[in-house]
Amino acid sequence: MIELWSNLPPALQMLLKGLAVIAVIFPIAGASSLAERKISAAFQGRPGPNRAIPIWFAWVPVIGPLLQKLGVFHLMSDGLKMLFKEDPLPGHVNKPYFILAPILAMIPAFTTVSVVPFGAYFDAAGHAVPLMLANVDVGILAVFAVGSLGVYALIIAGWASNSKYPFLGGVRASAQLISYELSMTLSVLPVFLWVNAPGTAGSLSLARVVEFQSQPGFWGGTWFVFVMPVSAFVFLVSLYAETNRQPFDMPESEADLVGGFHTEYGAFKWSLFFVAEYSHMTVGSAVFTLLFLGGWNPLPWVPLSDVAVWLHLADSPVLLGLLSIAIFLGKVILSIFVFMWVRWTLPRFRYDQVMKIGWQRLLPLAIANLIVYALAIAVIQK
Amino acid sequence: MTDLLFLVLSAVTLVSAVLVVVNRNAVNAAMFFLLSLVGTAGLFVLLDAYLLAFVLILVYAGAVVSLFLFIIMLLDTRPEAQKPFKKMTVAASLLGGLLLFTGVLSLVLRFTPAPVGADPALAPVGASLKAYAEQLFTTYLLPVQVVGFLLLVAMLGVIVLSKRFQEPESRSQNSGGTA
Amino acid sequence: MATVTVSRPPLTLSERAYLPQILAGMRITLKHLFAPNVTLSYPEQRPAIPPGYRGVPTLVMDPHGREKCVSCQLCEFVCPPKAIRITPGAVPADQPDRAHVEKAPAAFDIDMLRCIYCGLCQEVCPEEAIFLQNDYSLSGYSRDEMVNHKDRLYELGGTLPDQHFKWDKKKAAEEHGNQH
Repeated sequence: MIELWSNLPPALQMLLKGLAVIAVIFPIAGASSLAERKISAAFQGRPGPNRAIPIWFAWVPVIGPLLQKLGVFHLMSDGLKMLFKEDPLPGHVNKPYFILAPILAMIPAFTTVSVVPFGAYFDAAGHAVPLMLANVDVGILAVFAVGSLGVYALIIAGWASNSKYPFLGGVRASAQLISYELSMTLSVLPVFLWVNAPGTAGSLSLARVVEFQSQPGFWGGTWFVFVMPVSAFVFLVSLYAETNRQPFDMPESEADLVGGFHTEYGAFKWSLFFVAEYSHMTVGSAVFTLLFLGGWNPLPWVPLSDVAVWLHLADSPVLLGLLSIAIFLGKVILSIFVFMWVRWTLPRFRYDQVMKIGWQRLLPLAIANLIVYALAIAVIQK
Repeated sequence: MTDLLFLVLSAVTLVSAVLVVVNRNAVNAAMFFLLSLVGTAGLFVLLDAYLLAFVLILVYAGAVVSLFLFIIMLLDTRPEAQKPFKKMTVAASLLGGLLLFTGVLSLVLRFTPAPVGADPALAPVGASLKAYAEQLFTTYLLPVQVVGFLLLVAMLGVIVLSKRFQEPESRSQNSGGTA
Repeated sequence: MATVTVSRPPLTLSERAYLPQILAGMRITLKHLFAPNVTLSYPEQRPAIPPGYRGVPTLVMDPHGREKCVSCQLCEFVCPPKAIRITPGAVPADQPDRAHVEKAPAAFDIDMLRCIYCGLCQEVCPEEAIFLQNDYSLSGYSRDEMVNHKDRLYELGGTLPDQHFKWDKKKAAEEHGNQH
């Protein structure tokens, strides 16, 4: 099977990889939207969506009612509704940019996935080989660079809608995203300073960070969330702001801006913004997991290679790869759950508070954190 | 494959760069600037200079152009409300163009293509982060510091320009009124 | 006017840091995540209707299955949204024990698109013939369907076990002389 894959022409390989990304991200985003509804319901003491079921599925004895209770069919019917309902194009909008905006929202959401490793197996020599679509040396930089393009969708959507609330949403979005990008980038620098010790080959690859967290010994196996809690905290808060999640959902704050930048959007174009938000959330959670939660290592101080030895999986790369993907996805899903938990707990910040937190609290904290860790790392690694 | 990509990316970069200049709508111009930057980043990727490509995207596309758009949206410029150029502007841009042309001309005339694989130390500079950083902090340390200082001066200038300096007595009056 | 000085104590360090407060909030929401649901699955589970509930207005019959309404039209007059329309008529010939009542509604319509469930009709009725009962869910596909006619009102209302028999007593008093 592996031979068959590597015998395919490179262009076809790339096309298949791209389709695989879409085939994974769209269901995850959809499942997140359903999970959001179910989890919000659970937090509020209600059952949530549990009605829709196709008539032929109701006859399946146990599984049918169970899936109905979980609301799985609501997801499908919502998707179909989004696809088939009328797609309104208001008369006062700037049409080319109005249509361009949701497409622009999808591009960074999908592109960032390609540089995120999502699992690993061990080759014959015992080296961990990360599973990822494009193993580029600049990993985290690519995520940040392409992720920062997401702001265009919001600005363009707000501007092209040619009405007040979307415009205010777009203005808020651009200011907020640019403000928090600084703290986010500064917060991960200590991690890479620590990983790229003198004498080793320099790399910004995310897989390298995970490798560093799966070394034997007490300090080798420690996840970075324990070594650098302040970095992890600043990164997480900036991530919430960058993905426009509560309590930072200024761009679409429905109480004061109706719907924010997507007020004028409906049907499929609106759902594209939604999918983009959830895939940003997924990729952000994945990056957080890789940087601070040990990637595909099941527990702190228990690297994947130990598990492979215990389960005698070292010589079956496919099974081990699947196991590592499962562990990694589990952590990502947990992180997405925390996103939702925070969302249904906290009220939204006021806009001036968002700016104050970003520039007067997080940024100085990130800079101080960087200086302290740079000094400490210089002393330790000398 | 690479040649075709090079041609396509160069064409996209150049055409959108021209469109930035001639476009009367400021938002269109900013978007074409973005497209031109993405094309340039693609060219860097073709040269295996991933770092440069992503830094270009991160700094210019991610921050600078989005700030441009932000300002354009806030100012709400009308495409027809364009003033004719001042004489000084024309002269300055002509001089700038001339300088740029001279620079490119001298580069073309003096350029001798290096034989492939002649300098193995030079090849990975664009690709490897470490080599890039080393060059930046050893060979090109002075230019980096000078550019950094220029940016600092510009930032200070902006702060001075945007901050309203008040006389001490008027300030105390203001604070008394608002407190 | 008296001035009340509201004391605003300065925030403590943990309140200003905001993070402990967030964690405390998240602890509370986590408790709610595992708490049982407080909702009813509506069409299958129905809420318990408290006494005195004002649902759909209905017409009721006395324990002998006789019509109580005498079409005095007080409810029609008092109805704030003018939802009730009564056409008075004679008591049907096949009810000899009610012949002395003189009148009965030939038609009794309540437009449920107008009704505001205020209960004034029940309050004003001298015969205790109209009651707002426990039914709260009604629907229809057309405006005509949402008008409850007389037969539908009796079907909804049923019989109430009150033992007044006001008209029977009146008839007995007329026949045997006033007891009082």
